[in-house]
Amino acid sequence: MSTHNIEMTINGRRHTGAVEARVSLADFLRDGAGYTGVHLGCEHGVCGACTVIVDGRAVRSCLMLAVQADSSTITTVEGLAAPDGTLHTVQQTMMDEHGLQCGFCTPGIVMTMAALTAGGKKPTEAQLLGALSGHLCRCTGYQGIRRAAQRLTATDSREIRGGEE
Amino acid sequence: MSAPGNPPAQRTSATTDSEQQNGATKAAGITAGRYIGQRTPRKEDPRLLTGRGQFVDDISLPGMLHIAFARSPIARGAIVSINIEVARDVPGVHAIYTQEDLASFKVDMISFFLVSPDIKTTPLADGRVAYVGEPVAMVIADNRYIAEDAASLVEVEYAEEDPVVSIGDARTGPIVHPGTEDNIASQMGEEEIEEELAAALKSAPHLITHKVVHQRISQSPMETRGVVVTREGAQELTLYITCQSPHLVARWVSLALGLPQTAIRVIAKDVGGGFGLKNHPWKEETAVILAALLFDRPLKWIEDRYENLTASCQAREQEMVLQVAFDNDGRLLASHGDYSVNNGAFPQLSESNIAVHMFLWAAHKMPAYGFLTRGWYSNTPGYAAYRGPWGMETLIRETALDVAARRIGIDPIEIRRRNLLRLEDQPTESCMQVQLEDITPAECLDKLLANFDVAEFRTEQEAQRKEKRYLGLGIATYIEPTGGAGSIPTMTGELAQVRIEPTGKVTATMSTHSQGHGTATTMAQIFADRLGVSYEDVTVFEGDSSRGGFSPGAAGSRQGVIAGGAAIMAADLLAARVKQLAAHVMDVTPELITMDDGMLRVEGNAEKSRSLAEIANIAYGEPDRLPAGFESGLEAQYRYQPPPMTFSSAANACIVEVDAGTGFVKILRWISSEDCGTAINPSVVEGQISGGLAQAIGMVLMEKVGFDERGNPTAATYKDYHLPAISDIPDFEFLHASTPSQSVGGMRGVGEGGAIIGVPTLVNAIADALVPFGEVPVELPLTPTKLLSVIEGRDLGEKPAGEQPVIAASQPVRVEVTPAVITTDESTAARIDGDWNMALSTPMGAQEMTGHFETSGEALSGYLSSPEGQMAFTGTVTGNKLQFDLRVVKPMKITLKYNLEVNGDRIAGKCKMGIMGSMKVSGQRAP
Repeated sequence: MSTHNIEMTINGRRHTGAVEARVSLADFLRDGAGYTGVHLGCEHGVCGACTVIVDGRAVRSCLMLAVQADSSTITTVEGLAAPDGTLHTVQQTMMDEHGLQCGFCTPGIVMTMAALTAGGKKPTEAQLLGALSGHLCRCTGYQGIRRAAQRLTATDSREIRGGEE
Repeated sequence: MSAPGNPPAQRTSATTDSEQQNGATKAAGITAGRYIGQRTPRKEDPRLLTGRGQFVDDISLPGMLHIAFARSPIARGAIVSINIEVARDVPGVHAIYTQEDLASFKVDMISFFLVSPDIKTTPLADGRVAYVGEPVAMVIADNRYIAEDAASLVEVEYAEEDPVVSIGDARTGPIVHPGTEDNIASQMGEEEIEEELAAALKSAPHLITHKVVHQRISQSPMETRGVVVTREGAQELTLYITCQSPHLVARWVSLALGLPQTAIRVIAKDVGGGFGLKNHPWKEETAVILAALLFDRPLKWIEDRYENLTASCQAREQEMVLQVAFDNDGRLLASHGDYSVNNGAFPQLSESNIAVHMFLWAAHKMPAYGFLTRGWYSNTPGYAAYRGPWGMETLIRETALDVAARRIGIDPIEIRRRNLLRLEDQPTESCMQVQLEDITPAECLDKLLANFDVAEFRTEQEAQRKEKRYLGLGIATYIEPTGGAGSIPTMTGELAQVRIEPTGKVTATMSTHSQGHGTATTMAQIFADRLGVSYEDVTVFEGDSSRGGFSPGAAGSRQGVIAGGAAIMAADLLAARVKQLAAHVMDVTPELITMDDGMLRVEGNAEKSRSLAEIANIAYGEPDRLPAGFESGLEAQYRYQPPPMTFSSAANACIVEVDAGTGFVKILRWISSEDCGTAINPSVVEGQISGGLAQAIGMVLMEKVGFDERGNPTAATYKDYHLPAISDIPDFEFLHASTPSQSVGGMRGVGEGGAIIGVPTLVNAIADALVPFGEVPVELPLTPTKLLSVIEGRDLGEKPAGEQPVIAASQPVRVEVTPAVITTDESTAARIDGDWNMALSTPMGAQEMTGHFETSGEALSGYLSSPEGQMAFTGTVTGNKLQFDLRVVKPMKITLKYNLEVNGDRIAGKCKMGIMGSMKVSGQRAP
């Protein structure tokens, strides 16, 4: 199996590694770089728990190889909150709306919401819920997740706490 | 189109309104406090939202190696040979083990009840395989990639045999486990309907025979199973494992492996859902533990989703036929249920699910009920629990009531009202001797209907039907036994240990365990409330067997009820100590002290006050200032033993539209009206209900573990096994009745109810929508294809021949009694007299006993002895047949009626145990 040297920026820090071609981005982020907030729920691209932001786009890290992410900029759920610990808007909204129970699917859901609302973007409810239909949660029945999503859309004017990235 | 009915009920109505104090307020309910009853943010969330949770796959230990299993590709057959040579030579592979390597360990794969299995169960396959996916060999390697490479190179030669896949196959097919007489894993009840009941059914004005087929379900927690094992000394084991209670895992491993529990520590800080799958270790986890002992390196196994969907234990797969007799007014007269559940090859317990029958008519005025209940072995993954394991009782009853209402011609709500117990009918006892004191399904239904205009819906339904749009309304009610403690060895009370630290902050260790339940939140709310400190100043620890004490954790909707009671009691003990010390320090009487906001104040003397931290500092550090006899420090603990059972009740309604062109079901509205007593945190309560309802929607519309005729799984990924997504689940509206329970704090369990009541609610709505086309057979899931077959009047006929016996056995049966052939007789004594080793099959496992018989003509005398003692009896002998009764008083007063038959050196027959039905007895002459 061939080994490749890769380099990427993860949560603002530079990471290098030598990986086999077959190693998934998710396994590299977890085992190579130590970002265990990246969760593997199915490893075949359905559950969405492993979603991270690669060069601005929400990506399922179980379906991408680490070598494909060479030279890219990646944000995982560990990189969302402000350095002082202030939660990202998406995180704070999910907490306010009781959007999680066991928390296993949560990082992926948060990253999809963060990608679609990055830079102050206000997606429509249909856009956000459409994107979230690619995430599986077995605990919550999606009630709090939907409420959180609705608060992040353009039509919701209520003030929400938490800082932008 | 807007959702029919009146405007949505308040999505989240507070539980604390006094108008919601529904009826009997006789018990120790606690009113809402500063924190109890509030939608407090969860303590768990900041860590989980920032990726700082600690799940088992996040554990990495120095020197740790990884495991992958080689699994059987066939459902049934003998292992002819295993060749590991090629696999062992893969670089990075350290060892490959088969059952032969693990055989030096004596492992007893006990059930959740801590009972040994009825059939030989080993961690890895031992000579034979009994389901596709059964682990045959395990590879230990540098990483999972290499381990899987090598596992695929383990060469196993099998002599494949025809498998037993369905319940129908199990009735008529070959024997799954060589050496057993039939494929019945567990059986209770009567094989023939008793005469009196049969007559009552036959003579009734209306008799409904209603069949339900429930598909097999994968519990599918988003975190799969996994374990990291490290051996830390000669016998010291530390396990990181995804589980429902680290205490139960420690106890299980200790008993299963024969290791002292003192040497085992189990840690499970965060767990990604359990739902019944993670009650205790099973084959793979046990194999990893043994491998760690053998290989002496830390080992990790994380199940992948393919393994989880195809080789983990699974749930449901039941068939039931219910007969229900009604009078002309739709009042219940009698009922009989015939239930079967597929146990798979190696079930976590031999299950025939007596609870289905215990609770089927417990909330109704039902004069008589009889049943036959059986669990069947098959060549499929073993049975394990899934949220609301007895849920068939609500599903079949509620769907049968709707069928009956249509047949008799009365309203489905009216048929429920005529038969449900109301508060004023209680206390009472059901026909299965369930004691009922304060159930409120009828009152929950009242509340539901007060918030939903059925007449308006019916008008709109009628109007829409003219436009060929098919709306349906489904209603269901139920009760749920929760907070069970004392009937099963593992279902214990809960322990709360709480202390006020010298800093004045509160820490507590609990026997609870959260797989999303939020117990660190709800318990902290209780402590903050009862100790008068801020919620932020309380931290609750759980998830480590070295902390707190034994409890089964999340099992049977119990933690809020029992641990909540324990937290209240422990906090009150501690508050009394604080007040005693503060009164001493401030020179007043303890009754004058109030605790609030972390301050101790003296009533009527605003000048005098101390902070909790000052008092705590004195308690720990200044022994000279303590009252005489006052133990230093500020700590308390309490293990709360609640009433044996606490019932929750609910009524649900949902409205659907079924597209007659596609068979697709759209859920337009869903209202839950439940009574869980005191809600510690309404958001947590609603979260539990919502999650259960979503699982119910999955069961009705989408999910199915299927097999082909060779026993190969047909749903191996989430592309084939459909979990509900956000687009499949509607907004749920909540109504809370809050009738305090008899337990401390007044809580009632709420963990499983949504998954139970949601299923018939949705089925009834679909059936109501399709009334113009005919009855919808209740064969889950109700896929668009199946609904189209009703709409288009086609019979898709998935009716294998093997199903026939279910229906036959459930009809009133006329029994042909052949007179026993009486052979005379000088040999009666020789054939019967003496000692016999016998076993009575019970849901708690086989009860071993010795029978001593002496005959004199037709008279029989003797005794049965077991570890519990010896009991004498007299009875009769007719030919080879023995008949005798035994009266026992423990654990309940009951007369055991034995009917046995001797054939050579074998003895077999039945023991009838009152309402529990009949259980099998078998044995042989003692050597």
